[in-house]
Amino acid sequence: MTPRLDSIWVYLAATPLLGLTATLLAYIVAFRIYQRSGMNPLANPVAIAVILLVSLLALTGTPYQTYFDGAQFVHFLLGPATVALAVPLYDQRARLARLWLPLTLGLGAGVVTAIGSALGIAWALDASRETLLSLAPKSVTTPIAMGIAEKIGGLPSLTAVFVILTGMTGAIIARPLLNALRIDSHAARGFAVGVAAHGIGTARAFQVSEQMGAFAGLAMGLTALVTAFIAPWMAPTLVSLLSP
Amino acid sequence: MLEALATLLVFQAIGEVLSYLLRLPVPGPVLGMALLLGLLLLRPTTIDRLRPTSLELLKHLSLLFVPAGVGVMLHVARIGNEWLPIVVSLLVSTALAIAVTALVVTWTARRFALDDTEA
Repeated sequence: MTPRLDSIWVYLAATPLLGLTATLLAYIVAFRIYQRSGMNPLANPVAIAVILLVSLLALTGTPYQTYFDGAQFVHFLLGPATVALAVPLYDQRARLARLWLPLTLGLGAGVVTAIGSALGIAWALDASRETLLSLAPKSVTTPIAMGIAEKIGGLPSLTAVFVILTGMTGAIIARPLLNALRIDSHAARGFAVGVAAHGIGTARAFQVSEQMGAFAGLAMGLTALVTAFIAPWMAPTLVSLLSP
Repeated sequence: MLEALATLLVFQAIGEVLSYLLRLPVPGPVLGMALLLGLLLLRPTTIDRLRPTSLELLKHLSLLFVPAGVGVMLHVARIGNEWLPIVVSLLVSTALAIAVTALVVTWTARRFALDDTEA
């Protein structure tokens, strides 16, 4: 029986079906666990799904590339989902028009803090040059961060991992941190999470309230925009200043 | 649903083409989002056809990050060697970015008397 199962696996692994199905199933299981935990941020569904899938691929000896041939269809939807953020933004247009100045200032401060502190801290703790450059765009949503990493000499696939880790970190620490700082406004809370923790933070914010989600989504889009302008000169300049 | 999905893809495509032709560092989907927001402001009736599909897609936003996250398996060695700078940098800089953004937004909103108290 075993050789037969093996050959079925090899056959399935060669089609996109496997990566796609495994991704959806792992996410459904992860999301159930997240719901059972009472939406506890520590039970982040992305983290659980990634752990399940990495275990599956490691146990079956399936290479990442084979998996991604199927999973790329899910990955692709990040593009249209980013465009779809225009809808909740439109719903918040009145608040947006009123708060544009504070949001613009917060955005600039947040983006520079994210890039500068990530590079400074990692440099102080002896990270390699490639790791430093791959860290710079970590607060930006995956496909865009990978593009920036490529442009500045980082490793795009390593950046993708940093982006996911950043998103999970932000989704976990945002609530206690913002409570400690006594930030009550859903607009300010959502915006801060979107600047620091892109789509994973935004997904978390949408679960709290639609308003928080809309501001997180706005911040995610704007952060991508501003980082795409700032990181290509800020990151290499900082890195060569720090480690000439 | 089909119409809404097609609209999102068309705006993404327009964004990608503009970004490429004008050599903008701005990513295509972000431009597409800005253009779609512009269309919605000009023709508010469009929103009803877009809302259900868009909100459904955004409800499962975290699913879309899973395939890239699984890429962690390609970098186990590097992350093992440099775990300390990576962990500390990600944790502290994410916390700083959240705190700085939230405080600047709140302070300036208060300064210009735009407090968002009803939230």
